[in-house]
Amino acid sequence: MSEQIQVRLNGKDRDIAGGHSVRTLLESLELHPGMVVVELNKEILERDRYNDVDVQGGDMIELVHFVGGG
Amino acid sequence: MSGDGVSGIDAAQALDGPLEIGGATFVSRLIVGTGKYADNDIMVRAIRASGAEMVTVAVRRVDLDRTKDEAILHHLSPDEFFLLANTAGCYTAEDAIRYARLARAAGFNEFVKLEVIGDEATLLPDVQATLEAAKILAAEGFKIMAYTNDDLITALRLEDAGCVAVMPLASPIGSGLGVVNPYFIREIKRRLHVPVIVDAGVGTASDACVTMEQGVDGVLMNTALAAADDPVRMSHAMKHAVVAGRLAFLAGRMPSREIAVPSSPMTGMLD
Repeated sequence: MSEQIQVRLNGKDRDIAGGHSVRTLLESLELHPGMVVVELNKEILERDRYNDVDVQGGDMIELVHFVGGG
Repeated sequence: MSGDGVSGIDAAQALDGPLEIGGATFVSRLIVGTGKYADNDIMVRAIRASGAEMVTVAVRRVDLDRTKDEAILHHLSPDEFFLLANTAGCYTAEDAIRYARLARAAGFNEFVKLEVIGDEATLLPDVQATLEAAKILAAEGFKIMAYTNDDLITALRLEDAGCVAVMPLASPIGSGLGVVNPYFIREIKRRLHVPVIVDAGVGTASDACVTMEQGVDGVLMNTALAAADDPVRMSHAMKHAVVAGRLAFLAGRMPSREIAVPSSPMTGMLD
């Protein structure tokens, strides 16, 4: 069991298990990768990089999607 | 083309050409928002009733606590509707650019409804920040449909900046006041080459009809449908109103005059 790390996720500090890639983080949150856009430390992360990029302690992660709006 | 012998709204729509925006083509000149509906089922039924092909959506954080099903893609298929992401809620050019980039990364299209608000009370646009954001986003290849004030000079500058459509307001967002300055709307339409879509302020069917009678290319609305007592009925009404206003514009109205002119012959009357 890897150690816990703290990340800033959608504006809230959260403790998550270390060793996550972005893809496995999304899976742990039950989010379909095609349904969200990931911003990692203020940079958009392209979908084809979700497997390769690991989540690090202190990361600022924004997970956004489309909602109703005018 | 006279359309003799045909009836119904589809036949009426066929008397008009398509709406072309940034290389995309639409039969309907009505663009609708997806916000503020009582529930998702009513939203979907209302949008289908409106006949709109392009729908606006907002970019927001995923609610990780899952209090409700906000994901619009669970309810509206991108195969059925053309998604126009907006930058609603942004008060600076920097924020609007950030939201536009996030929207494009969702992978549907290059279009964005650029909206930079300048004032919380009126939700009137910050036209300077809108123009600044438009120049940067245009350079990045975005197809920008810019929400703006009913100001000709700003509209011309947004066109020069590379926007694929300019969208002056009829009146403030969510106000339902209708077109407060039809002359300015007509002047913007007369002077621009890109499509002019009136965005915001339409309250009811007559407002939509009057808007289209000014000669603009389309109308975008949200609250007028979502906040109606019966959104599905109102959406049917708006669909007809937009087509009616458009055809009335194309048909060319009679001159208005403040004297009566009889419609029946003055000759052949009995002694």
